[in-house]
This record gives sequence, C-alpha cells and structure tokens, in this order.
Amino acid sequence: MHLNFQMTDNILVASAFGELDHHSASTVRDEIDETMEAFQCRHLILDFAKVTFMDSSGIGVVLGRYNKVTKKGGRIFLAGCSEFVEKILYMAGIFTVVDKQKSVEDAICLIKGQEQLQMEVTVSGE
Amino acid sequence: MRIEFAALAENEAFARSAAAAFVACMDPTIEELTEIKTGVSEAVSNSIIHGYKENPNGTVELECQIREGGKIVIIVRDQGVGIEDVNKAREPMFTTGKTEERSGMGFTVMESFMDRLEVESRAGEGTTVTMIKQLDLSDGL
Repeated sequence: MHLNFQMTDNILVASAFGELDHHSASTVRDEIDETMEAFQCRHLILDFAKVTFMDSSGIGVVLGRYNKVTKKGGRIFLAGCSEFVEKILYMAGIFTVVDKQKSVEDAICLIKGQEQLQMEVTVSGE
Repeated sequence: MRIEFAALAENEAFARSAAAAFVACMDPTIEELTEIKTGVSEAVSNSIIHGYKENPNGTVELECQIREGGKIVIIVRDQGVGIEDVNKAREPMFTTGKTEERSGMGFTVMESFMDRLEVESRAGEGTTVTMIKQLDLSDGL
C-alpha cells in the first residue's frame, strides 16, 4: 500500500492505494501522523477510493486518526469507501463518529463551508 | 491445500492470496472471494500478532479444502501462546493489544463473513481457527 498526500488550506487529503492490512497499517498510520504534524494540518480526509482490500486493521487506523485529529479540534472524513470497506467499518460503528462522503471534493466543501460559517458567527458576535 | 509460512506480517497478503487462488476454480463471486480473503487475513493476523507476538520464528499453517456442494473449509493453525478465554476473545471490541491501535473486531469480522467459525485454543498450546463458507453455486445460472 502507498499513500498520496494533497493539501488544501489546513486540510490534508490522504489517498490510500492498495491493500490495508495489519502489515501496511503501521506505515499508513505513521505517514499520516507525520504529515499532519509536519504541515500543521487541522482536518483530515481519508480517501479510500483506491483501497482494494481492507481487514479490521483499517478500523484501528481510522479510529486512531479520529482520536488524534479531534483532540486538536479538527474534523475527519472518509471518502470514496467501497461497499466492502464500508461494511467492515460499519461493524465497528465507525460512522457514528466519523462522517463519510462520496468524494474528496464533497468532504472539502463541507469542511470549508463549516469554517466559513464559524468565521461569520465570530464576526457577527463581535 | 496446505501451506506453512513464517509468522511475518508480510505473509498476511500471501496467505489470503493463496486461499483466493485455491478456491478460484469454484468460480466464486467477487464478494465471496473478498469475504474469504478477509477471513484468512483476520485469522492469520491474529496468529502473528497474538499467537506469536510477532516473533518470525513461529510458523503459521493454512489449510483449505473444497468439499462437495461448494463448501469451503479454511483452517488457520499456530503453536503460539493460545487464548485463555476464547469466549471473551470472540466478543466484539475485546482486545489484549494495548500498544498498537487494535480494534478487537477480528473474530467479529470472521463470524460475519463466514457461515461457521470454530476456535480451539488452550493457553500455551496454540490456536486453531476453522472457518466454513458455503459458496452460492447457483450464481449466474
């Protein structure tokens, strides 16, 4: 498995390619955490559109990133999950805490829209 | 089919691919194949992580059988530390892995993708996981 990273403002998009299992999970976890840290990203979008296989190791990866990102006040989204990947994540109740979107673009729109709204609330509150 | 391999995380992909290649002659659906691969991946990962504590000197055994009527039997065996309380281990979200991000969902995933799951284990004597899956042979006819 390998990862591609893209940055939009303070959002990191991590696109995963290949098979996510116990073996690849440790690299995926470390690479995402290091990149989030290095570029001081606030929000994270996990793009799983090109994940060809995933077992329960993926649950740990998603939950772990959820804990880290939300601790710093950021938001996390899953994008492009196949039906099978969704099935496994659903078993662990991931979608009760992590939002999923069809595409990365949809997730970016949501994060940006919400930040805009927060800014307006702050401005009008002054 | 019976293979043995070192308890290395790299071999997880090999094990599930081998099982998938073996059952391919039964013309399973993509969904059935993915479910079999996931079950094997979970069981083999458990042997490596929990059974052998990631010690590559351990050996994991994978056995696959095709029985009459499209019944697939998969056995994953290790001579690792074993499971003290199998019923507890099978509970969703239960895990003994503290250092890494383990979800404790391995057995739950195996149970939901396979028709039957049997776990035989004794502390200090290793673990044998047997999974049975009935393929839908009427598919596409």
